[in-house]
Amino acid sequence: MASTHTLSAFDEELQYLTRRISEMGGLAEQMCGDAVRALVNSDTNLAQKVISDDVILDNGEREIQDKAITTIARRQPVAADLREIVGTLRIAADLERVGDLGKNTAKRVIAVQGTGVPRKLARGIEHLSDLALVQLKEVLDVYVGRSAEKAEAIRLRDEEIDAMYTSLFRELLTYMMEDPRNITTCTHLLFCAKNIERIGDHATNIAETIYYMTTGAQPEGERPKDDTSNTVGAAS
Amino acid sequence: MVSLEKVAPQNVSDRSKIEIKNLNFYYGETKALKNISMVLPERSVTAFIGPSGCGKSTLLRVLNRIYELYPKQRADGEVLVDGKNILDRDQDLNLLRTKVGMVFQKPTPFPMSIYENIAFGVRLYEQVSKSEMDERVEAALRRAALWNEVKDKLHSGGTSLSGGQQQRLCIARTVAVKPEIILLDEPASALDPLSTAKIEELIDELRAEYTIVIVTHNMQQAARVSRQTAFMYLGELVEFDETAKIFTSPREKRTQDYVTGRFG
Repeated sequence: MASTHTLSAFDEELQYLTRRISEMGGLAEQMCGDAVRALVNSDTNLAQKVISDDVILDNGEREIQDKAITTIARRQPVAADLREIVGTLRIAADLERVGDLGKNTAKRVIAVQGTGVPRKLARGIEHLSDLALVQLKEVLDVYVGRSAEKAEAIRLRDEEIDAMYTSLFRELLTYMMEDPRNITTCTHLLFCAKNIERIGDHATNIAETIYYMTTGAQPEGERPKDDTSNTVGAAS
Repeated sequence: MVSLEKVAPQNVSDRSKIEIKNLNFYYGETKALKNISMVLPERSVTAFIGPSGCGKSTLLRVLNRIYELYPKQRADGEVLVDGKNILDRDQDLNLLRTKVGMVFQKPTPFPMSIYENIAFGVRLYEQVSKSEMDERVEAALRRAALWNEVKDKLHSGGTSLSGGQQQRLCIARTVAVKPEIILLDEPASALDPLSTAKIEELIDELRAEYTIVIVTHNMQQAARVSRQTAFMYLGELVEFDETAKIFTSPREKRTQDYVTGRFG
């Protein structure tokens, strides 16, 4: 915000919301990184930590929601302020979902623990997660800087993740066809990959929200969709 | 030069009731309105907002030429009501004020009975029989959502009513002479929240039949009752658009600063 409100307590409330979103974002990012690390290293302790961290994120969302509702009730915000607060609510919900996806990935670490993850697949998952986490990190930076152009750029980049996810999907399918004993592990890994791909979608949602908060307009055009795994058949 | 965007709110395509063109207004040497141009649609509520001294009340006062009661106040430019320039010298002021009614910030009931408060104005312009007058009074009081509260005491004094009731009595008085335009200058600023809600509900009902222009300091009130909002600052029209637009994503930074409370 360029200028400040005549009522400084209002500014403090908005700053509180911004700070809490950044905190939630940092934690969500860390959880997802840890979950993938736990998966490729079969580190159940780290996975356990991710699962327990999710509570902090859930509480964060609830606190942001309470504060936002109170602020709306007391300040009756309009225009950019209103968009700011509504945007905050949406971003908090996205980040909470990102945390859930991290937690869900972490839970599968325990399931695949005995069998281990084939090196090649682990690298694929890591790469997918790198892409998703870069998106998440950058969108959180854009949230702090509030740039509509950068938000738009992030939104358009989601297709890389989708393409990577589709290729991983094919790869997992191949493994399963080669040896039915891989099916349990690969199915878990498939869910993990989907979880990570979804993180990218939430980053895109957040980018769209930031665009709206900043400009008051919805971003134009359909968001890119390159997750073509729905067209991949066993014969392909 | 006035930009076209400012002249009419976008997406409002109704017939225009009032067209203001290059209006300037002077209090003696002081220029209080600077080249205002705007189009107010018929049967719709338009709100003027802006900080004290921005010219919003002045603009309202031009619309029925009530400023002429004071010396050294003058307007130039054009204010077309149904295509006729009301600033013309030959404009009959009594006729204008029948057509353009006004309600003020403080309730101004006449020191007479509730019935007479309404009958008085009607008698100025029309000759009506007793039974017809009874009907007119009742219709006006019903229109102003006051009938049920006063029907048993029509002949007690208008000043005995509560503030909110007095204000609705003034609205009834305005409505009774069958105006086409109703000007409201801070109609609820002296009222408690419940009376304010009643006035706002009334405005919402009246807009089906009248073109309403309201000046208000209470931005939430403008947001609640109006369909288009004009933001004025230092005698200029800064932005005029649909109310929803003004309160969600105004174009002008000054508007944004004002509606979000970042001014000065």
